[in-house]
Amino acid sequence: MATQSDTANTHTPKASRRDFLYVATGAVGAVGVAGAVWPLINQMNPDASVLALAQVDFDVSSIAEGSSVTIIWRGLPVFVRHRTAAEIEEARAVPLSELKDPESDDQRVKEGHEQWLIMIANCTHLGCVPVGESGNYDGWFCPCHGSHYDTAGRIRQGPAPTNLVVPEYEFLSDTMVRIG
Amino acid sequence: MSSHESNYSPTGPVERWVDERLPLVRFAKEHLMDFPTPKNLNYWWTFGAILAIMLVVQIVTGIVLAMHYTPHIDLAFDSVEHIRRDVNGGRIIQATHAVGASMFFVALYIHIFRGLYFGSYKAPREILWMLGVIIFILVMAIAFMGYVLPWGQMSFWGATVITNIFSAVPVAGEPLLQLLRGGFAVDNPTLNRFFSLHYLLPFVVAAVVVLHIWALHVPGNNNPIGVDVKSSRDTVPFHPYYTMKDLFAIVVFFIPFAWFVFFAPDILGHPDNYIQANAQITPAHIVPEWYLLPFYTILRAIDFNVLFIDSRLGGVIAMAGSLVILFFLPWLDRSRVRSGTFRPMFKIFYWLFVVNFLVLTYLGAQPAEGIYVLLAKISTAYYFAYFLIILPLLSRIETPRPLPASISESVLGKAH
Amino acid sequence: MFKFKTILAALVGAMALVAPATAAEPGGPLVPKQSWTFAGPFGTYDENQLQRGFQVYREVCASCHGMRLIAFRNLSEPGGPRFSEAQVRALAAEYQIVDPAAEGGVRPGVPADRFPTPFANEQEARDANGGAYPPDFSVIAKARGIYEPFPNWAFNYFTGYSEGGPDYIHALLMGYREPPEGIELQPGQYYNDYFPGHLISMAPPLQDGLVTYEGEGVPETLDQYATDLSAFLMWTAEPHLVARKEAGFRVITFLILFAGLLYFVKNKLWANVKHRNPSPDDVERDARA
Repeated sequence: MATQSDTANTHTPKASRRDFLYVATGAVGAVGVAGAVWPLINQMNPDASVLALAQVDFDVSSIAEGSSVTIIWRGLPVFVRHRTAAEIEEARAVPLSELKDPESDDQRVKEGHEQWLIMIANCTHLGCVPVGESGNYDGWFCPCHGSHYDTAGRIRQGPAPTNLVVPEYEFLSDTMVRIG
Repeated sequence: MSSHESNYSPTGPVERWVDERLPLVRFAKEHLMDFPTPKNLNYWWTFGAILAIMLVVQIVTGIVLAMHYTPHIDLAFDSVEHIRRDVNGGRIIQATHAVGASMFFVALYIHIFRGLYFGSYKAPREILWMLGVIIFILVMAIAFMGYVLPWGQMSFWGATVITNIFSAVPVAGEPLLQLLRGGFAVDNPTLNRFFSLHYLLPFVVAAVVVLHIWALHVPGNNNPIGVDVKSSRDTVPFHPYYTMKDLFAIVVFFIPFAWFVFFAPDILGHPDNYIQANAQITPAHIVPEWYLLPFYTILRAIDFNVLFIDSRLGGVIAMAGSLVILFFLPWLDRSRVRSGTFRPMFKIFYWLFVVNFLVLTYLGAQPAEGIYVLLAKISTAYYFAYFLIILPLLSRIETPRPLPASISESVLGKAH
Repeated sequence: MFKFKTILAALVGAMALVAPATAAEPGGPLVPKQSWTFAGPFGTYDENQLQRGFQVYREVCASCHGMRLIAFRNLSEPGGPRFSEAQVRALAAEYQIVDPAAEGGVRPGVPADRFPTPFANEQEARDANGGAYPPDFSVIAKARGIYEPFPNWAFNYFTGYSEGGPDYIHALLMGYREPPEGIELQPGQYYNDYFPGHLISMAPPLQDGLVTYEGEGVPETLDQYATDLSAFLMWTAEPHLVARKEAGFRVITFLILFAGLLYFVKNKLWANVKHRNPSPDDVERDARA
């Protein structure tokens, strides 16, 4: 039924030009489909009002030495800890070879602001919030699956694969921090 | 033409194994590729495919919008603005959905009027036609409920006025109205259920569209000369002949669509809908969206009591009747000639009907005063007379022009 | 391609009928249309004008009219007035934002905050304004339109005219005058040519020289203020206008190209299929032959 007496077998050696037209049209059509599909996917990305909250300014001056606060940044809890000299000393004394995810203490804080440790408060194992000033290394301990972090927030023991994540941040002044 | 055996032959054992269990490929090839289609269809026949695409566009953009929309009277307006302002590409997706509703109806009306002219509702396509009427009514309901969701002034007052239609029902009117609104006025429960139904019903439409196409594929397409397909010489396979022609028409249709979406997204709407709903202030001039205007005019045209039927109920009956009458069309027009091309008298009344329908549309947007009231009554009368008097009468008194013997022959005739 | 033209003509005809006129006849002079930089398919906002408009809003209108959907950050976003991020940060900090989480319940604003509203709720706004409710300005330029007599509105579908709002706002700000004979104004009422019903509760808000623009060359006149403010309000209502139109050019160019290719494809396919439909006259002639 598909064969058509007056349509079949009439084409001449022009076939290659015809093929080119079909291929070109198909290619343009594919571009069009891709161009239409991308916005429909991209709309699920964080919108402008969410991205506007991507930066948080925070005044750390009210945090006493040896204590920490948890603030919310991009919907995630963030630890801001004012470390004691002993804690800093303890973190610096650890040789890198002992670490599961080797990172020096310097790499995890800002120069001149070594007392401030700022980290996203989700365990790198499966996202629970660890408990402060506990665990075998005087840092944090995650009660969900037993990961121990030291006073620089580095993983020392347990299932977590990496250190607690240090977000991008900068000190605007001695006390103002901009996270993000 | 009902026996269109597929010429699908599975290659290899895997395809055969699948084909014996779920002949999906065979089915698709039979109905989407090999389906024999009259070779003389004109561009008016592309609007079926355009409508299918528009339904997909509306469903896809609608699902996207629902990801960001909040159906609550305090938040709905702002959430739509949030979509326009903050969501990535949100302004364009929202405009596509809103303008898309209008473009859907442009295509829908052209599709319906094509069917009316070429007699596509006649035997053996009555059920095909009736399914189409069901789709039409469902789509109007969906569009109306969708218009309520942004919760602007027109949304609110449109919802109030249209739901009030049901209060005209004798005895049960008031309880029915409360059931519909979920309260004593249009309020949060109304908005919530409209959102729910606005999301659900398009999928019901999609299902009825499947039946519509099924009912089309039993007798096959009507065609511009209205003469049945007599042999395979009268047809071409749907693919690639009509897939490519339809695709071309779709892309052309998208050009004015894109013009509105990108360069005048609000021109088909009403400024009042950018004012958040306020139950205490009615806008000075409320109008439904343009695609509902003809039926709105019919609703308003009945401003007199008939016996025990008061004017409000009368208007509702007239409006409902103007849609229900479409179901009976296949039995009102008894002429055995399908295509209007070969019906000299029908042609005149048909075009008068088209003009009359445009007048009904125009009147719906005008205030109900002065000359407009009289015109609305005349147009409404002609609308009903066309179906109830003119078509039945024409089929008795009209002498049709001679028909071509077949689709192919009519083509060959041109060779002289 | 006669039939194809018929389709286009029908489409165009159907569109021309769409929802005639955006507003009922107001019974007054017609709103004069202004020439806006953002009108038409190629229109874009003038950053300097938006900045001036914002200045007028802030110094004059903001005491009564809120802008609750606009965030400070919007002022530095592409397609808008393009204030610098530092300017926006400083501006935001001048505002006190209600925040239950902050000490004392308020804190200085940040760019992500939205403009605080001048009144806590509608009732408070009415009480402070002699019973009238100053509308929010977030989308006001799209919530207002102008009346156009037939057949002018029909052309709008082809020109894409979408500036009825700013035209109306400009006209309203310029439209104050003495009431005609026989109209008594109540205390707190003013006569305006373009306000629906003509009696408006807002005193003429702008006058020549009221706002001092920085720099030279921009006249400090009522007309200029009204123009700048209307443009600014169009931006608040339609902040992505420029990006939308740019996308439109890409899309429509693509569609025309693709349609052209498909036209050739379709013609190639159909080249050997005879499929014209005869008119009744053709049929009769053939029957005689």
